[in-house]
Amino acid sequence: MGKGISREDVLHVARLARLDLTEAELERFTEQLAAVLDHAADVASLDTAGVPPTAHPLELQNVLRDDVPEPSLDRDEVLAQAPAVEDGRFAVPRILGEEA
Amino acid sequence: MTTRTATDIAAGVRSRSLRATDVLEESLAAIDAREHEVHAFNLVLRDEARAAAAEVDLRVAAGDDPGPLAGVPIALKDVLCTRGIPTTCSSKILEKWRPPYDATVVQRLAGAGAVVVGKTNMDEFAMGSSTENSAFGPTRNPHDLTRVPGGSSGGSAAAVAAGFAPVALGSDTGGSIRQPAALCGVVGVNPTYGLVSRYGLVAFASSLDQIGPMSNTVADAALVLEVIAGHDPLDSTSIDAPAPRLDGSGDDGVAGLKIGVVAELLDGVDADVAGRVEEAARALEKGGAVVTDTSVPASRYGLSAYYLIASAEASSNLARYDGVRYGLRVDGDEITEMYKATRSAGFGAEVKRRIMLGTYALSAGYYDAYYGQAQRVRTLIIRDFATAYADHDVLLGPTSPTTAFELGAKTEDPLSMYLTDVCTIPTKLAGHPAISVPYGTGDDGLPVGVQLLGPALSERRLFAAAAALEASLA
Repeated sequence: MGKGISREDVLHVARLARLDLTEAELERFTEQLAAVLDHAADVASLDTAGVPPTAHPLELQNVLRDDVPEPSLDRDEVLAQAPAVEDGRFAVPRILGEEA
Repeated sequence: MTTRTATDIAAGVRSRSLRATDVLEESLAAIDAREHEVHAFNLVLRDEARAAAAEVDLRVAAGDDPGPLAGVPIALKDVLCTRGIPTTCSSKILEKWRPPYDATVVQRLAGAGAVVVGKTNMDEFAMGSSTENSAFGPTRNPHDLTRVPGGSSGGSAAAVAAGFAPVALGSDTGGSIRQPAALCGVVGVNPTYGLVSRYGLVAFASSLDQIGPMSNTVADAALVLEVIAGHDPLDSTSIDAPAPRLDGSGDDGVAGLKIGVVAELLDGVDADVAGRVEEAARALEKGGAVVTDTSVPASRYGLSAYYLIASAEASSNLARYDGVRYGLRVDGDEITEMYKATRSAGFGAEVKRRIMLGTYALSAGYYDAYYGQAQRVRTLIIRDFATAYADHDVLLGPTSPTTAFELGAKTEDPLSMYLTDVCTIPTKLAGHPAISVPYGTGDDGLPVGVQLLGPALSERRLFAAAAALEASLA
């Protein structure tokens, strides 16, 4: 660890996160993320053998309820907030040709 | 400027010695006088607030009791959903969004007779420590307009400090209620994780996010927390048990309470801030508490672990902003182009940084080293707190390493901004409650906050200790 994050890593991560970066952003973020990850080297290099991970502060069980329909959000009120709507549904641009 | 407390307002309105409409006009007058220079609000809800206050007065006149917050003006951080009223998270991506539902806390406040005066400014999606990461411009510290109010709930802290409202709600993920409360000289409470419903709180890091009150007095924070706390079936992480009773906690005192001053929280803290912590310890001792030094060794890894965990959760939570169901859409020829165009235009720089840090920490080849390690460190911190609480009822430390810093001082160096959260983070990773109480000023004359920490659901004890500190200054 502590090897730092490369420009290619940042481009890859931006692609995963569906963000387009300008050349200036790419440069700045590479430098800033490297500094943050460098600080995180204390955690990355810690010996945690045998320590279980904590995902959540509460000891939670699954929360279930009876499978009975209940009133939900008003459809028209929800759709009124959508950028594009067609026939009572959300409308999106074509999805064919999506990158692999 | 409003000097009335929420406690006095509610008592006055319920006993007909005060009118909610008059109290609200005092708030609006304070806003008119200083909001142009403070910029605490994204939106002031004059008409809605006047209607709500008039309704409270009508109910009182009709012999009804509007509830424990009758006629109390309250400011809401703009991360809390209000039905039909813009809820922006200070982001361009939600600029025009009007939620189709109210957050549970908003419903509970209305049910208790509170009057919402406006939605407060914040760091975008609660990511920041200075309220400078707002798409709508920074909030300024009412004590010194050249300084930040802290963040991310800087608008709520400034609104209370400026007398715009006696109480406000904020949200705390890594310190976003307590740090701005300290920098603005108000009380800020981060409740036990699961005590207050997160339904309708726009998600940042779901295993850490909590809603809590900010106020001028300890008693007012207790009053508001009692209203918003309690089980909610709409939040599956809500604790299904009675909430701690807080009524009268100010009279409990601290006699016999075992209080530990945490060495790690004082590490690297400015000398004037550390001095106030020392004075707070002596004041608690005077009240009969037994104060000793203690240690939570793993908390020194808290900052790194937090930024990995919170960013990882954020990268997942913020995937929902895709231009499909609500919020901004920037058109593209096909859907991936639309996603990228929308997100690139809609998110500010800090939000992009956190999404990328989190995506990286979760990505193939780095998951174990970063996210997995951070989760194990979280376990170590929980264990070290458990050890400390075996010998102590309450822990004490500073809330922020410094007083309010100048606008622009840390915006170019994200890591230096992250370091301002170092004192508030450890307890968050454990899911424990903490209160920041104003305790004097630093060498620059600006407010200092001291922090009281306790184990899960120890709120009553924390409020008793906070009230003792408050009283020691009077």
